[in-house]
Amino acid sequence: MALLTCSNLSLGYEGKEIIGNLSFEVNEGDYLCIVGENGSGKSTLMKTILGLNSPLGGSVTTGGGLKQTEIGYLPQQTDVQRDFPASVWEIVLSGCQNRQGFRPFYGKAEKALAKMNMEKLGLTQLSGRCYREHSGGQQQRVLLARALCATQKMLLLDEPVSGLDPKVTAEMYEIIKELNEKDGITIIMISHDIEAALTYADKILHIGKSVFFGSAEEYKKTAGAFTSAKGGARE
Amino acid sequence: MTQLAEKLEYLQYPFVRYALLVGVLIALCSSLLGVTLVLKRFSFIGDGLSHVAFGAMAIAAIMKLTNDMPVVLLITVISAVLLLRTGQRAKIKGDAALAMISVGSLAIGYLLMNVFSKSANLSGDVCTTLFGSTSILTLNKTEVLACAVLSVAVIIVFILFYNKIFAVTFDENFARATGIKAGAYNLIIAVVVAVIIVLAMNLVGSLLISALVIFPALSAMRVFKSFRSVTICSAVLSVICALAGIVCSVITGTPVGSTIVAVDIAAFALFTLAGKISGGKRI
Ligand SMILES: Nc1ncnc2c1ncn2[C@@H]1O[C@H](COP(=O)(O)OP(=O)(O)O)[C@@H](O)[C@H]1O
Ligand SMILES: [Mg+2]
Repeated sequence: MALLTCSNLSLGYEGKEIIGNLSFEVNEGDYLCIVGENGSGKSTLMKTILGLNSPLGGSVTTGGGLKQTEIGYLPQQTDVQRDFPASVWEIVLSGCQNRQGFRPFYGKAEKALAKMNMEKLGLTQLSGRCYREHSGGQQQRVLLARALCATQKMLLLDEPVSGLDPKVTAEMYEIIKELNEKDGITIIMISHDIEAALTYADKILHIGKSVFFGSAEEYKKTAGAFTSAKGGARE
Repeated sequence: MTQLAEKLEYLQYPFVRYALLVGVLIALCSSLLGVTLVLKRFSFIGDGLSHVAFGAMAIAAIMKLTNDMPVVLLITVISAVLLLRTGQRAKIKGDAALAMISVGSLAIGYLLMNVFSKSANLSGDVCTTLFGSTSILTLNKTEVLACAVLSVAVIIVFILFYNKIFAVTFDENFARATGIKAGAYNLIIAVVVAVIIVLAMNLVGSLLISALVIFPALSAMRVFKSFRSVTICSAVLSVICALAGIVCSVITGTPVGSTIVAVDIAAFALFTLAGKISGGKRI
């Protein structure tokens, strides 16, 4: 059963198309990596899946009991967050908003969920501490815990390791792999790092001048056609 | 000394105590959205709106309304909604539009007052609208009541939407992705800001409103590190500064608005120092 189906998507801003005629499916338990050069529209695609941007054409549909608002999202870092006074606990808890409806305050269930996800990512000690005083790796884990509060089924990660040092990057990849394998959470991740993508993901979506969608093995075989992005796409 | 005692005796009159109460309520609600406005880069909207409110006040004045608050409130709320719309559509153009509206309202407001006012003390009237009454005691009973009701409404809305406002302020995209109608909450924020501005105008006048909104939040952010503690601290701080300012102005006879803002500034200096010393202690 496909959790997510994108058919004939056309993406862009103010009527100007960036990508056209994009179709793919994501099944339960998949680990999909989206790769492609800078500015090729990876983040735009992710925002469209989340319903933040509307596509110029085509459609995004969710299935298998997944609602669009029940997708966990780890965005690319924004500026506002850098000087925002917020504790780790407050941020993780805010991931429970989609269960809240019009209820103004968090109940026991939400607090328990936030606690559980903080424990899962080793954040329990940091609970009352200030978000902006943490290292990049810890901040990403906080945002990942928040995303986990929002979903049981699917995570969308927009460059989760950009700006992290190699050791923390490896840890992050391990955490994501575990979420995929142990908890059965479907992963869609944007990455610049094609080697990591080929190591961890089982499917690859390459967007840009040429589009590829298929298994990681097939992508390796056709490497010649796409790996030009490998050297060029890294920041 | 006898003079001082005489002035403190004012506090016995219920009417003076109502004025103090209103001052406290206004200070409380103006500080609540400070953090959100600063962090969402909305503070410019607050500034622009206060000028719009000045223009609205001038219009109300020449219409010779006995109670100008409904008119001013309506115009300011509508402007808030419009400004938010244009501001979202195009960032830079939005800024320019805002500057035009705010400076334009000031100019037109003064012009209208000059042409139509029959008041013997025109510059005094203008000064009062810009910098607040010389004394909060000049508020009449209806104004006091209206201020109290609006303040309580603002506080209730803030408490009910506290968690959603946090989510939308911290990360609008994530909030929208999880189904929060961010547009609706931005609208609520804008309307509440408009109400706060109209309220605060009674206390400090239109030019000084931003100070009342932003100083307590900035002070609290120097020392406290979680959204809840910053919010509580800025509310408490704002109330204390307003009380100190009002009492001070009654005693020394200084204008109430600028006295409150002066106390706010002193508190900001103190908190900046405290923040430096504690070196970002984690609270
Ligand atoms: N809000 C926006 N309005 C207009 N154009 C945008 C906007 N966001 C991104 N773009 C443009 O869309 C293209 C794709 O951007 P993006 O999806 O962020 O790429 P990627 O994440 O693959 O680097 C870029 O050329 C970018 O300049
Ligand atoms: Mg991107």
